[in-house]
Amino acid sequence: MPEPVIEVRDLRTYFRTPGGIARAVDGVSFSINEGETFSLVGESGCGKSVTALSVIQLVPVPAGFIAGGEVLLRGRDIVHLSELEKRRIRGNKISMIFQEPMTSLNPVFTIGNQIIETIRLHQKKSTREAKTIAIEMLRRVGLPEPESMYYEYPHRLSGGQRQRVMIAIALACRPDLLIADEPTTALDVTIQKQILSLIRDLKREMRTAVLLITHNLALVYRNAERVGVMYAGKIVEMAPTRILFRNPMHPYTVKLMHSIPGMDKRGKPLDTIKGTVPPATMFPEGCRFSGRCPVEMEGCSRAEPPLIEYERDHLVACHLYDRGFMDRPVSRPITTGGESAPMRWTPSVKEEILLEVKGLRCYYPIRKGLFKRIVGYVKAVDGVDLTIKKGSILALVGESGCGKTTTGKAILRLIEPKGGRIVFKGRDITSLSEGELKPYRACMQIIFQDPYSSLNPRMMVGEIIEEGLKTLRPEMDRKERQEKVLSVMERVGLSGDMLKRYPHEFSGGQRQRIGIARALAVDPEFIVCDEAVSALDVSVQAQILNLLKSIQKDSGISFLFITHDLSVVEYIADEVCVMYKGKIVERGGVEKIFSSPEDEYTRTLLEAVPRID
Amino acid sequence: MPVVLSTDLIVYFLVLLIIYCAFAVRKEGYLSIAWHQIRTNKLAMVSMFILFLYIGVALLDSIRWRDVVLDSEGRVMHKEDGSVIYSPQALSLLDRLLHDMRVNTEKTFSAPLATHLYVKETIELPDGTRIRDYPPLKYPGTHLLGTDKVGNDVLFSAIKGIRTGIVIGTGTTIIIIPFAILFGVLAGFYGGVVDDIIQYIYTTLSSIPSVLLIVAFMLIFGERGYQGGLITEEDIFFKIFVPNDRLFWLCVIMGITSWTDLCRLLRGETLKLREMDYVQAARAFGVSSLRIIYRHIVPNVMHIVLITFVLQFSGLVLAEAILSYIGIGVGPEMGSWGNMINTARLELSREPIVWWNLFAAFIFMFGLVLPANIFGDAVRDALDPRLRVR
Repeated sequence: MPEPVIEVRDLRTYFRTPGGIARAVDGVSFSINEGETFSLVGESGCGKSVTALSVIQLVPVPAGFIAGGEVLLRGRDIVHLSELEKRRIRGNKISMIFQEPMTSLNPVFTIGNQIIETIRLHQKKSTREAKTIAIEMLRRVGLPEPESMYYEYPHRLSGGQRQRVMIAIALACRPDLLIADEPTTALDVTIQKQILSLIRDLKREMRTAVLLITHNLALVYRNAERVGVMYAGKIVEMAPTRILFRNPMHPYTVKLMHSIPGMDKRGKPLDTIKGTVPPATMFPEGCRFSGRCPVEMEGCSRAEPPLIEYERDHLVACHLYDRGFMDRPVSRPITTGGESAPMRWTPSVKEEILLEVKGLRCYYPIRKGLFKRIVGYVKAVDGVDLTIKKGSILALVGESGCGKTTTGKAILRLIEPKGGRIVFKGRDITSLSEGELKPYRACMQIIFQDPYSSLNPRMMVGEIIEEGLKTLRPEMDRKERQEKVLSVMERVGLSGDMLKRYPHEFSGGQRQRIGIARALAVDPEFIVCDEAVSALDVSVQAQILNLLKSIQKDSGISFLFITHDLSVVEYIADEVCVMYKGKIVERGGVEKIFSSPEDEYTRTLLEAVPRID
Repeated sequence: MPVVLSTDLIVYFLVLLIIYCAFAVRKEGYLSIAWHQIRTNKLAMVSMFILFLYIGVALLDSIRWRDVVLDSEGRVMHKEDGSVIYSPQALSLLDRLLHDMRVNTEKTFSAPLATHLYVKETIELPDGTRIRDYPPLKYPGTHLLGTDKVGNDVLFSAIKGIRTGIVIGTGTTIIIIPFAILFGVLAGFYGGVVDDIIQYIYTTLSSIPSVLLIVAFMLIFGERGYQGGLITEEDIFFKIFVPNDRLFWLCVIMGITSWTDLCRLLRGETLKLREMDYVQAARAFGVSSLRIIYRHIVPNVMHIVLITFVLQFSGLVLAEAILSYIGIGVGPEMGSWGNMINTARLELSREPIVWWNLFAAFIFMFGLVLPANIFGDAVRDALDPRLRVR
């Protein structure tokens, strides 16, 4: 057994908040060996990022503090070191890559400057020597022409290139441990694949230990040797990757894996976890998953399950695997009854065409000079043809910047198209005035990606949902409107007493339901979902996908599903259009596209998606 | 005979606004929730009480009338055409309430609560000998904050300054806010030509040094009319209304020169907000642009308006002091903290120094600006649903 590079023992990181002490990390233990990748995976708010910050000793003060536990770096506890000594470790022995490559580089210094800053801080090297090392690092992270790249400023680089630079900075001092906190979440899937394989190669070469923090289970499967699943500040299950994915033991892990959408789950509702993650200030007594657990037993909410080694290397914190517990009467299962039997649905796609888009073009002018003359155009959407059948779901997939959102907004005439035709139910709506367009507004609606910016923070939920009715159905009186609002709220699974509350009082998933209710209120026939589930955690995403699917089935609404997440597409869509640089490169039924892609780009895209098999 | 100055209308407006708010928070709804939140904040409540005191004083100082002129035998004097002659001085309710403070003047400087003057004089003793000593005051121990160079009570001057401060702060803001919101939001929301025109206007306006503009404006409009002292018959319209008030013109020009900052902030914020998804959602419902501005944009920029207002309020009171210094602020006959600070300049350079004039102005200004800041903060937090305590 080799000595671990880093060993975390019973780490507790708490935050003082107005609502009391938030136990963000509450007794986490793990260790990582040389050249090993350990991944912490979990939904937002489970404490995985705080764990990473605690390891590198960067817990935000004064609100946060390490309340207990040890972080041993090669056997030496670093929690109690002085700030000066901690600084010598950061960037030198432990370094970190962050999620957002766009903001983690300083825009006023050159790439080279930022790399040699770290080197010169921790090693006695002259500027010339440091430069040699920096250029060598740039070469190793696979950047083209490292000598000239050394003098470039960050804004000249793409997101993926910047993340490579971040890796170069992080690895410049050959650290013992590299922490990667959601390193590819902000990147496109093709870039994600490159970055992850780069980290893998460098790790093998330098024998660095890697702590990979992510919410993406498929990514873990491909990149980590061991995994810890976190829930509510604790590790609930820890095992070597293959074992964990083959035999998940904790009910939370099982649920999490079942809620990932995919081809094999088509036609069935996704498995969901009831309720939401409790806030860190008020974790339930006993097992933290109690109250949401599908196999909860009577004693679960009283006694906290310890993390025990059930099989070799497979640790799990659940009473189900505790023989002492199971032998006692407290192991009587609680019948939750809340879960309905899974229903199957068959697609009810009719052949009737609802919407037809022909040669849609959206150009953004580039203006220059004193009089802002138009000198050229950015062709965001350049000749897109789409056909959506009544009651079907068409997915529009592509990388960021390919023009898919612009297409969606142009169809709703939220962006004025420069050319092409949009034919809705046989009527060309491309050049209608805002007044003539009004009857069509009720038929076509949109749901947005970000559940935080899509609702006006100063309006109550009732007012938000009511807004469309007020404009589009002026004949309705207050009482009728109220009834309609209540009925759509019920439809999306919100209770009527939420009418008079403000959006910030809701979780991300609930807010997305409000957004859906708002769109449904005017009885549309067609809804554009602009990355509607991309910002949500996987278990919440499953709930929303189930909801959208059942809406499609019940009311025959057609959807244009704009997304970059291919697993969502293969689960929900009937047809797919792959978009690349403003044009559609391939279209067809889901099965056909995913099994035998014809276009070069489609193939690259599909290969880049991490999968669990 | 009552007299209403144009600046009195500003004070009345402020009082009416407060009364309106008081009724609005009694009803169910948005404001009443906010009010409940403010009520839990003790510091804000104390601040509000102090602000009400100030505004109350300003109101008392804005209700004024002219007395009839009596001849030496106590009979009402008439003009040749038979109409009653009124005094050219319109004393306010406050002047009358604080009558003693106003008329009990000393000869010159005296320290707070002193019994003797601050300046040595040659005094003739009853036995005929002449000595140089501090002569006793006429009203010893009554001047809480001393007296100034001409013997006026400093506390009284400071209290008279309250109205000036409130009028400058409120009057200017009344001009700034509608301009800034209207132009800032229109420029940000519509963009294009509208944006170009509005940007052109405010860039031009803010590129001219504002002092120059104020000087020119005040020389044209501020020199005639009511200066804070006596009222001439020609200034009075409809028997009671005096529109041409120097202080009013000061508010107007300060408003014109200072709306651009807020306008620019609001334009930027609107540029951000108009791309927000909830605005897009409203457009997808076919909601009209004006309604989007009214429902989605303006409520979400109000926090900036409120912060700017509170910050600018103190700035405006200070600006008044600076303008009075170069002789284009309020008239020398009108009590104002700016005038007091100005005179303090000379008083601080004499030996021994006279500090109470500056001290009084400082305490009164501080007492207005600090509660205004605290209360403004509390209001902003209370109006923001995101910060509301559940």
